Amino acid sequence: MSSAAITRPSIEPEWVLPSRGRVGMFSLIAAEAAIFTIFVVAYIFYTGKSLSGPMPKDVLKLPIFNTVCLLSSSLTIHLAVRALRNAKVAVFRLWWFATIALGAIFLFGTGREWHHLIFDEGLTINTNLFGTTYYSLVGLHAFHVIVGLIALSIAMIFTFLGKVKPEHSERLDVLSLYWHFVDAVWVVVFTVVYVVGR
Amino acid sequence: MDKRERGRIVGPIAGVLILLAEVLQGASLCSAASGPSIPSIFKPESTPADSIYRLSLLVLVITGLIFVIVFGLLAYVVAKFRRRSSDGPEPPQVYGSNQIEIAWTVIPVLIVLVLFMATARVIHTIQDARKPDGAIEVTAIGHQFWWEFRYPALGVVTANELHVPVSDSSHRTPTFLKLLSADTDHSFWVPRLAGKTDLIPNRINKMWIDPHEVGVYVGQCAQYCGTQHAKMLLRVYVDSPEQFEQWVQAEKKPAQLIDAVNEGQRIFETTACINCHTISGTVADGRFGPDLTHLMSRDTIASGAAPNTPENLKTWIQEPDTIKPGSLMPAMKLNDHDLGALTAYLETLR
Amino acid sequence: MATETIVLTGVDRGARPIGERLHDWVVTVDHKKLGILYILYALLFLIIGGIEATIIRIQLIVPHNHFVSPQVFNRMFTMHGTTMIFFVVMPMLFGFGTFLIPLMIGARDMAFPRLNAASFWLTAFGGILLYFSFIGGNGLYGAGNAPDVGWFAYAPLTSRAFSVGHSTDFWTLGLLVSGFGSIGTGVNFIATILCMRCPGMTLGKMPLLAWLNLVTGGMVILAISPLTAAQIMLSIDRYLGGHFFDTQAGGSAVLWMHFFWIFGHPEVYILVIPAFAFASEIIPVFSRKPIFGYPVMVAATLCIGFISFSVWAHHMFTVGMSSYGNTFFTMTTMIIAVPTGIKIFNWLGTMWGGKIQFTAPMLFCIGFLFQFLIAGLTGIMLGASPFNWQLSNSYFVVAHFHYVIVGGILFTIFGAFYYWFPKMSGRMYSETLAKWHFWLFFIGFHLTFDFMHIPGILGMPRRIYTYEPGRGWEMWNLIVTVGTIFQIAAILVFVFNLLRSLVKGEPAGNDPWDAWTLEWSASSPPPEYNFATIPTVRSRRPLWDLKHPEDPDWKYE
Repeated sequence: MSSAAITRPSIEPEWVLPSRGRVGMFSLIAAEAAIFTIFVVAYIFYTGKSLSGPMPKDVLKLPIFNTVCLLSSSLTIHLAVRALRNAKVAVFRLWWFATIALGAIFLFGTGREWHHLIFDEGLTINTNLFGTTYYSLVGLHAFHVIVGLIALSIAMIFTFLGKVKPEHSERLDVLSLYWHFVDAVWVVVFTVVYVVGR
Repeated sequence: MDKRERGRIVGPIAGVLILLAEVLQGASLCSAASGPSIPSIFKPESTPADSIYRLSLLVLVITGLIFVIVFGLLAYVVAKFRRRSSDGPEPPQVYGSNQIEIAWTVIPVLIVLVLFMATARVIHTIQDARKPDGAIEVTAIGHQFWWEFRYPALGVVTANELHVPVSDSSHRTPTFLKLLSADTDHSFWVPRLAGKTDLIPNRINKMWIDPHEVGVYVGQCAQYCGTQHAKMLLRVYVDSPEQFEQWVQAEKKPAQLIDAVNEGQRIFETTACINCHTISGTVADGRFGPDLTHLMSRDTIASGAAPNTPENLKTWIQEPDTIKPGSLMPAMKLNDHDLGALTAYLETLR
Repeated sequence: MATETIVLTGVDRGARPIGERLHDWVVTVDHKKLGILYILYALLFLIIGGIEATIIRIQLIVPHNHFVSPQVFNRMFTMHGTTMIFFVVMPMLFGFGTFLIPLMIGARDMAFPRLNAASFWLTAFGGILLYFSFIGGNGLYGAGNAPDVGWFAYAPLTSRAFSVGHSTDFWTLGLLVSGFGSIGTGVNFIATILCMRCPGMTLGKMPLLAWLNLVTGGMVILAISPLTAAQIMLSIDRYLGGHFFDTQAGGSAVLWMHFFWIFGHPEVYILVIPAFAFASEIIPVFSRKPIFGYPVMVAATLCIGFISFSVWAHHMFTVGMSSYGNTFFTMTTMIIAVPTGIKIFNWLGTMWGGKIQFTAPMLFCIGFLFQFLIAGLTGIMLGASPFNWQLSNSYFVVAHFHYVIVGGILFTIFGAFYYWFPKMSGRMYSETLAKWHFWLFFIGFHLTFDFMHIPGILGMPRRIYTYEPGRGWEMWNLIVTVGTIFQIAAILVFVFNLLRSLVKGEPAGNDPWDAWTLEWSASSPPPEYNFATIPTVRSRRPLWDLKHPEDPDWKYE
């Protein structure tokens, strides 16, 4: 047997709190940002400190096309969510698919770049400090792109099954926050690795 | 007041008295603890250690005062505001006081400022000290689990026992050490001479000592470096200028070739010993283990783990794990005859 | 605010089969059950960690002792430290937070109940993975089994060259896994506290425990990640031939230290801030006054949270940073003492003018105040860089941080146990046994950790499996070891008290302490849904308002 003291709600102003999903996603993004920061710090710290082996300026080329693809995917995902919010499910599907495609192109491009670096330039993760920090940082980012693509693909599957409705736009907006974060990280990685560090 | 109430006061008071007794006894024992072999940071005999000691007194006085005041408050509050009867209204519900908050913010900030200024000054005087002309230069290289000491200007290489001249305030001869490591992190700590500084691979660290009293000062490695971190001991011999000069001259000489121990020398040169050890004047020039050229000039072996006696030497060669299990000296597994001859040879390395 | 009390008749379900009840616990997403699981898990590891400590102390009771080999000793101190921090104190605090936060903010559960469960099981699995090393870590001869690299695993000792076999990898992976669990908990705390408060409970009206756990959550997500990153880097070094900390390839051992301590220092504040939260809830209730200076307490905690990310290299004063670096970190370290001190003063201010009841929770909190004061002062000593050059890596440091973690944090955890045990179990514990626990532990704690400062001052470094006679360390090590006997006895009394009270304790009722926060309005233990109706609050002490309608808090706040 239990007794509970309850209060009778009087006429109160509306009680509005932030959305759980958004706060949760921002917190996750903060944690991930901290991990990336450490890898970026390591990269910057070790710039120019390799004792041997290929140096960044010898082997790195600006991945312009890849970058354009990835950053555009931020735009397409934004358009997708906006379309869903306006109940344009078909348009949403189009832009969402474009996002996945652009992300996949980015990954493929990274794969090609790595293939070239490993087999043509002889740069691997254990070649020197540059190799270690480069593959770790770019690889960590690529890993997050993969995770993002998996999540986006699951949403795509649900879309094809007809289960995604305009009322889900909030949730997909939260997911898109993750994708924007991945793109933002790429801006930092691109700047540090391909621009400043070369 | 009833028995339970009394018990509630007696308990804490007894506890506090015991604590006070502890502290006083500890303090007195601390200060009484002063043999040469007791490496107390409160018995400095070298300039950096002196500066730290003086700073520490200031810090202790300030923190001691803070303790007395705050603990006094706590004791007072606990005694005065205990509930005396189970009934009765709730006490006045006070939510806070801005003035008090400001007071106990500003005062600690001022205390911190004072402490910080005093500390910053000592950091600078110790770390940014200029090396005077008469300084002795030593390169200390940390190994698992022994210390290598090289005096580049004097042409001396030794291990585990560091000799430095005493430094007179009129003619200062401090010793400036360059600290390197051959493997993992170590830390050079001889409390009575200076604070500790780490030896880190791929990094050059610097420290200095300026001892004023002749004597032997003990210390040990103070950064966990593996299995035998505990027995990577240090002995610093602060010699008079004449003794130091004598020592340097003896150390510079290569090992004497003595016919009587020829066999032992041959065993040394043809066994794995020379892979790790150097004896200058012979073919042995290994660098993995300590330089043995003047082994017998040292009081201890195995970086302080055992006194330097023939028995211990034999044990160290045959079964190092009984002295320092996990050290990197291999068990040489010599037969008795060879062991005897080898030890006899080593005994001549003065 | 109109109120009425409704008597709810509990549904009599009869005893369910044990299999079903256990299954319930395994698959639960109920924050109360998960909280209790965390706490029980931590209690188990407290005992295991305590055994490791006892082995250490027996080995050190006399010089040149042969109780355990150096290899075993080195594993013991590594496992003891790692266990106590990651698998005792953190889960214990997360457990209490998980149990209490929804109840205290008038919610039915955490923001993400399934994430909550995943976080617990990840943490639990991480611990099991770490301990599996005792069996599974064997590599080459001399590699040992459990990790023996110290809880901060400095490079390059952890490289393949110096740590052969897999023992280090169990350390790395066990903590990596439980680190993900911790991040999950951090996310959950933040989302719950920001998004699930009951109507009327603005941020300025929530209990201090909620505020402090919010700050802790924020710190967790920012601080654990550097450790995760560093461990990924270490694994890349060990398994993919990377060179992050490979000094032979130009890598830096100091970089590991920076990364580790950027985690490690905020980590100790992650440990202590929830302890502050317990004190902030318990001390007011047993002084019969509200917390003194609530806004200042919040501000001070926020300051501590921020500043704690700027002090990390005070663990590295001896590595050869420049005088400017050492000066900077001395400054930040001393600054952080100010908000910490303010909190102590506010607790004293709470007790001032009150009517203090010396129940077990309050006794432990008074012990906390006394000991945390001393711990803070030895911390200031250690923060003065030159003084640190003598004291670091010695038993003085060991004494200092045990003073914080045992004398400060563990004491408040014991206080929290006794304070909320009635709520969690529905029963009262034995106050007599609790007082025995307190005094035995108090004596043992002080015997061990007061005297432990002295060998440090006399030059005894830490992490040594034995020491030379004749350096003046023998007597102190003996006394330190003797103190463990009292602590062991106290823990035995504690566990006995808990178990016995679970079975034979008096029914506690909703509110045995006449307290003021929302958890005391629910039954003991609370029903799965926590509250029949989500309450609306008007002040920081809603139950005070109910009990004192003529003098409610909201008139004065």
